[in-house]
Formats: sequence, C-alpha cells, structure tokens
Amino acid sequence: MKLLTVNFLTCAVKTCKGSPAAFPLHFRDVELELHDVEFQPDFIRNIITRVDWEGLHKMANELNFPTIPEVKPDGEALQSEQLLRDLHRLLLETQVAEGRLICGNCGHEYMVKEGIANFLLPSHLV
Amino acid sequence: MSRPEDILPPDLYYDDNESRKYTTSSRIRNIQADMTHRALELLDLKSPSFILDIGCGSGLSGEILSQEPAEQGGPHTWIGMDISPSMLDIALQRGVEGDLFLADIGQGVPFRPGTFDAAISISAIQWLCNAETSDVSPEGRLRRFFEGLYASLRRGGRAVCQFYPKNDAQRTMISGAAIKAGFGAGILEDDPGTKNSKLYLVLTVGGGGLQGDITGVVDGMDDVDVQDARRKAMQRGQGSVSRKGDKAWIKRKKEQQIKKGKVVKADSKFTGRKRRPAF
Repeated sequence: MKLLTVNFLTCAVKTCKGSPAAFPLHFRDVELELHDVEFQPDFIRNIITRVDWEGLHKMANELNFPTIPEVKPDGEALQSEQLLRDLHRLLLETQVAEGRLICGNCGHEYMVKEGIANFLLPSHLV
Repeated sequence: MSRPEDILPPDLYYDDNESRKYTTSSRIRNIQADMTHRALELLDLKSPSFILDIGCGSGLSGEILSQEPAEQGGPHTWIGMDISPSMLDIALQRGVEGDLFLADIGQGVPFRPGTFDAAISISAIQWLCNAETSDVSPEGRLRRFFEGLYASLRRGGRAVCQFYPKNDAQRTMISGAAIKAGFGAGILEDDPGTKNSKLYLVLTVGGGGLQGDITGVVDGMDDVDVQDARRKAMQRGQGSVSRKGDKAWIKRKKEQQIKKGKVVKADSKFTGRKRRPAF
C-alpha cells in the first residue's frame, strides 16, 4: 500500500467520523518496500494539493524518515524535477507491505498483509 | 438467468474457484473491458487522476485504468476495494498497480473528504441490495455507501457505476439512495431492450467546472436519447398544489363523493366561492 494512500485513509468506525484524532492512522510494526512505479509528474502536481502535509510529517516521523520540507511545496517549486522525483519516491514507490494501522481515536487495528489492508468491521462498529 | 446475488453473499460466492473462473473467462474479460472503457468515456478525465474502484475484484478494470494512454488523460492511479479475499488474492498474483483493500462498501468508504477525482464501479453495487444478517438493511448499506462516496469525491468529481438491478424496484432504490446522499444522478442505458443492455449510474458532485448532471455529461455524445423525468415530476408537483378548502379541493371531494354513490349538490357559480364579509 502506497504511503500516498495512507495519507488519505481515515478510521472507518462510525464513532470516529469527524474526530480529528482518527487521521492519520498510526503505524505499528510495519515493513516497507520499494516498488518501481512509472514517474508521472502530472499526477503528482494534481494530487499534491490534496495531500495532508501535517499528516505526512507525522507519518515520516513515525517511520524515521529524514528530510521532508516544513511547508507543502506549491507553485514554482513544483516545476523542479528533483523535488517531483523525491515526492514520487516517497508517496508512490514507498509501500507498506506488512504491519498494522492504528486509529488514534478508538484504537482499532487494521491489519496490512501483503500490501492489502483489511478494513472489514464487525457490525457493531459500523 | 441465474443471479449470483441470489445464491450467496459476495465474499462467499467469489471463492477461489469462482474468482479464477471469473478472471480467466475471456467472455467476461471482454465485457468487463468494454464497460470500463465506456465508464472512462463518461468520466471524461483530462489528466492523470486518482480513482476509486469500487468492487475491483481481480483488478480487471483497474488494469485498464493503469494502461490508459497519455493522449486520453491517463495513466491513472487507483485504489480498489473488494469484499472477496479470493478475488484480491488473484489481483495480487496478477501484480496489479493499484492499492487493494479488503472492505465492505456497505460499511462506508474510509477516506478523507475530497480524496478522489473520480470513482468507477463495474457490476458491483447491486450487491448492496442484499442484507446478509438481520442487523443490516439494504437501505442502510446503500445510504452508508453513497454518503461515504459523496464525501470522498472532490467537488466537481464524477462517479460511474455500472450495475445489474434485479428489477425496477432495485433500480429506483439504488438511484434514490444516490440522490439522497447529494449526488446529481442519472442513468445511461446502453442497448436498451436487448439481452446485452447495460445500465450506468452516472453520479456528479456539484461545484468545480462541471455543468450540471448526466445531461451535461452525455452532451455531445452520439446516439444518446435524453429522457428527462424531472420536468414531468415538476409539472405533477405544480398541479397538486391545491390547498384544503379551495375550489379545486372542493370539486375533487365532490367527485369522490359522487363516485361513492352519495347525493351531492350540483355545482353552481357559487361553488367554492368566498362569502362576502358580513357586517
């Protein structure tokens, strides 16, 4: 599962809807992998406006990644190929293979196995 | 014709065997590819986009999204949701590019508001009309799905859901639920009246650079007849604004009484007329 996807995920439990702690989900025991993905500058320019930069910061801290710019790059900065390639590497090529995602509000754990997250909920949480 | 929806719930129906049959059958693959291309045409995406594939199965339609050539706005990045583990297992073996989720769409769509540019769903949402346990209802599942989908699409986004309703009641139930969630909804029917007829529910989210609803979407497409049911519904609404006690109301009531065989005073020029204010 791409880190980009994790940046958009929230807890699916009904009581967490609208709660600020339900985003971002926290990592536990994760294994990361690098997959080759075709570089698409247009897609990154399109999606970067919707990426939650604060959430990305928290995520990078949890994973002990260095060097993420303090503020979200926009406008002129998005013309730089080096920056786009870095973002591409971080958001699309870095993928979660195994581990757990945990909601900061209700503590529900979502298992990730072979890159597939299990978001099935027992019916009392829906 | 047998419907898988009537046999078992989707996670059990699409077991290893059935999933393999579905994915390897060249007939199904062709139909699925045609429908995905049609849905893409309706989505009309201009640049590489972020798409949600609802009921992605083994990733047959996702593959087409990934392979969309650059001159037609592709390739797109997608996220797939499906309830059948066997289907997802096959998707994994085939090495599809999208991210996969094991999730029940009737439980909602677990993404932040405004995440996706578009959503696509091929032959999936009719499964929402089934409730497998007594603590859920088809209406509740449809409501959660469409509300979640509405929230997760960006303003001006679109969703195209191809589906096989069992009957007209299901068709109305599904499109009604979409409208209730806030979508502008319309149904496009390909090859109507034939065995191959296909229904596409075209949903639009207001705002952004989109003009209106499905009629704006199909504008400029060949061979599309527009049947607008809204105008008729509006006229019907205007016709019945007679209030209790006014002339139309009295006349209607009198007719009802006559039909019942009651003795009713004949209409005169004074029927339903206001009395003068008396001193």
